[in-house]
Amino acid sequence: MTRIIVVTSGKGGVGKTTTSAAIAMGFAKKGHKTAVIDFDVGLRNLDLIMGCERRVVYDIVNVIYGEATLNQALIKDKHCENLYILPASQTRDKDALSQEGVGQILEELAAKDFKYIVCDSPAGIEKGAHLAMYFADDAFVVTNPEVASVRDSDRMLGILASKSRRAEQNLEPIKEYLLLTRYSAERVKIGEMLSVTDVQDILSLHLLGVIPESKSVLTASNSGMPVILDEKSDAGQAYADIVARYLGEDKPHRFIEEKKGIFGKFFGSK
Amino acid sequence: MSLLDYFKITKVSSASVAKERLQILVAHERSFKNQPSYLPQLQKELLQVIQKYVNVGNDSISVNFEQDEHQETLEVNIVLPDKPR
Repeated sequence: MTRIIVVTSGKGGVGKTTTSAAIAMGFAKKGHKTAVIDFDVGLRNLDLIMGCERRVVYDIVNVIYGEATLNQALIKDKHCENLYILPASQTRDKDALSQEGVGQILEELAAKDFKYIVCDSPAGIEKGAHLAMYFADDAFVVTNPEVASVRDSDRMLGILASKSRRAEQNLEPIKEYLLLTRYSAERVKIGEMLSVTDVQDILSLHLLGVIPESKSVLTASNSGMPVILDEKSDAGQAYADIVARYLGEDKPHRFIEEKKGIFGKFFGSK
Repeated sequence: MSLLDYFKITKVSSASVAKERLQILVAHERSFKNQPSYLPQLQKELLQVIQKYVNVGNDSISVNFEQDEHQETLEVNIVLPDKPR
């Protein structure tokens, strides 16, 4: 069975594309055939984060309009043979996506035995964001411990519960998971930042994992390598944990507490 | 931070302020989430009909939609003026 996962947030800049790239790579590295789709038509960036920007020939809009086949548009990842990227169009209007077209692409991917399809949603609640989540089975709600992001996540939860295929057809609702990103345990401890518990109290979501604020996220995007490939970094490990947890492994939560001991104090977070 | 701040006994952390503000806001916004989209139009048209017969102000009608597990309730509240003309 194919599982469609939307990575969503409402608010921009919280780490949707970083998360999409990382978890898609994580599934693929675990041996699952995975596709990751950029729904941000007009502002595509997943290709850059995945490091395949120079290999983009066709995109999702070309496939929907029959200008290319899905096989022509899918880019095989250079790090992992199980991973394929479907880029968004950079030149077309954001209304170029259609529900029917997206549905057909997802069906075709399922027929090609893709196990996981990760839909990287654009910010906002307009067409691209709507279509990214419409067909989803699971939603990874990426949230920063910050008021605007938490509010927008709550708004997104409302939309997931009412405007998706599962909602419209009275199927089992989309499973929603919280990914708390850019978390600083140090700032939480001194009362400068909302804690995991605070955010969970407000959103009442199942916590899939906490990604600590980390320099490794920027260095990973600089070089076009999903951060999960940086296995020594805290953010890379946090994403690996998230993938494992989602796949049913029992991984205790990390990065919630401040680093203890003199070693951590001197060397800080990476 | 000024030196005096160190002597304040109960200093509210900005995170707890954030949490409180969010809890209030989110509860408020959720109460509108499941409302049918025709509600504002319904309110407007009801008001027009009532104003044909009774001299009521624009803010004298409120339409509330509530939902629980078992039923949906549409509550319309109209405040009539003291002396009907």
